[in-house]
Amino acid sequence: MKHLFVLFLVFAAFACNQQEKSAVEKIMADTDNGGITLPEGFSALVVADEIGRGRHIAVNENGDIYVSLRNHDQNKGIACLRDTTGDGRADIVEYTGEHTGTGIKLHKGYLYFGSDTAVVRYPMQPGELLPANNWEMIARGFPTERQHEAKPMEFDGQGNMYVTVGAPANACMEQMRTKGSPGMDPCPILEYAGGIWKFKDDVLNQDQLTDGERYATGIRHAVANSWNKKVNELYVVQHGRDQLSQFFPEMFDDKQNAELPAEEFFLVTEGADFGWPYCYYDPFQEKKVLAPEYGGDGEMVERCENKMDPIMAFPGHIAPNDLLFYTGNMFPEKYRNGAFIAFHGSWNRAPEPQSGYFVVFVPFDGAYPSSDWEIFADGFAGMETINSTRDAEYRPCGLAQGPDGSLYVVDSNKGKIWRIMYS
Amino acid sequence: MKINGILFLLLVFLLSACGGRKQNSQQQTQAPVSAEKSAEMANHPGKKVYASFCLACHMADGSGVPGMHPPLIQTEWVTGDKERLINITLKGMSGKIEVNGETYNSIMPPHSHLSDKQIADVLTYVRKSFGNNASEVMIEEVQKVRNK
Ligand code: HEC
Repeated sequence: MKHLFVLFLVFAAFACNQQEKSAVEKIMADTDNGGITLPEGFSALVVADEIGRGRHIAVNENGDIYVSLRNHDQNKGIACLRDTTGDGRADIVEYTGEHTGTGIKLHKGYLYFGSDTAVVRYPMQPGELLPANNWEMIARGFPTERQHEAKPMEFDGQGNMYVTVGAPANACMEQMRTKGSPGMDPCPILEYAGGIWKFKDDVLNQDQLTDGERYATGIRHAVANSWNKKVNELYVVQHGRDQLSQFFPEMFDDKQNAELPAEEFFLVTEGADFGWPYCYYDPFQEKKVLAPEYGGDGEMVERCENKMDPIMAFPGHIAPNDLLFYTGNMFPEKYRNGAFIAFHGSWNRAPEPQSGYFVVFVPFDGAYPSSDWEIFADGFAGMETINSTRDAEYRPCGLAQGPDGSLYVVDSNKGKIWRIMYS
Repeated sequence: MKINGILFLLLVFLLSACGGRKQNSQQQTQAPVSAEKSAEMANHPGKKVYASFCLACHMADGSGVPGMHPPLIQTEWVTGDKERLINITLKGMSGKIEVNGETYNSIMPPHSHLSDKQIADVLTYVRKSFGNNASEVMIEEVQKVRNK
């Protein structure tokens, strides 16, 4: 009897190691779901807390977690987390690397990292949590930017890498963010930023402007990017322009400023132009209109007629910071191949209350959304009404899918990580 | 109460007069917060300037945006040297700075298009709101820095 029991234990442990499904059954969600609210049937546990200013997140096939940090006092901007006890909580947290930034992805045995001026990669070492330190330069020569400087990267599985180069501007005004300053026409920024650049994913030392190729343009900034493997296309979600009522109070009031323009979800095909800085999307008129810096009056369309429209529009200024197409088996059918988007929450809705500190879900049918977006995970901010951005306790910033189909969310304020599961 | 009020006025006057002469003086002596003053700030002309030109980034309560726009609450830039504060407002600011223990590496646009009075008003408002209690900024001080 005793022997049988031991045998059973050994078998159970073995089965657990082999099959992620049974491993998940050992993992208990927090009774309060880590303070967030989720649809019925979903639960969450806090994997780690206070690891630093988290940006994006990647989860390896063995469950190891890598988070990019916005800053670290020794520039070790890669937080590496491992759970050695099988309860889903990280008991090892180590910091490594020589870069800080946003982009982070596991690809071809490397950990690719997007610092604000370059994309590098650290070789992964079999069995080891930490990647090796002998990093290689993949893409460099990006402009040094002090706004919209994040460089997230994505891969198409066909040997290419796509990097967002955000525009260091609001609307390409002659004088940065200054009332009365006209928009530069043509906007010179578009030659080196405000779009997506395409590189080879394993060629060293590529320069943005000589080796990279401008894949799409007219994108102000898109921290959220993802390759949809089902339809083989790149998708990004844009941070729309700010401050319409501050620069054009005779045209827009603060209420309108809070809602205009929409944050736009783009299907990015090669050569596409989405219109920044000349145009923005008005979700009420359901069209792109000419920006006031370029003579627009809030209704005029002119050159915006032939700019690409979004496939979906979200409320203004809520800052989409990550996009993930769900390919796991854990969540119900409805979620398969649909998009999760982490919104970081607003600042430019002031003096109206801030909003958008949540993760949304967009169901997809093929290349396009099949119905409207819905809030998936909420409550990160910790209170109902947020007047100042700093009042939000947590801000969702990065998303990743675990090997068992769990969804991971990382926060940028304190570096909290949630693992969302379905049963 | 009456005597306190007069004393207070005298103090404000002395402080501002001294600030006007010694434009390079570091950290101003700070007077205690008074209820009368906060009430005064609600109607202060600098509040309007703040709402139009600063609030979007630094928020109504001066708390800023984490990692992006630093707070204006008890920072040495706000309550310290006035010339430096006037310069930040006129010329903007960029590069790595640490404010209240948090790092920012961002960019603030110049506001030289504001009048000397608007700048004096808004900086006085900022220096006496959000729990700050530093001396006023005078129009002449802004003039002097702008003409340097
Ligand atoms: C477009 C956003 C924006 C606007 C508008 C703006 N600021 Fe700033 N401000 C910033 C940023 C960003 C920094 C930090 C720059 C850096 O990182 O070097 C800053 C820094 C400062 C600082 C120094 C650091 C601190 O927090 O004490 C002061 C003082 C300041 N701003 C005051 C003002 C005042 C007064 C106004 C209105 C007249 C204003 N700002 C308008 C974005 C803005």
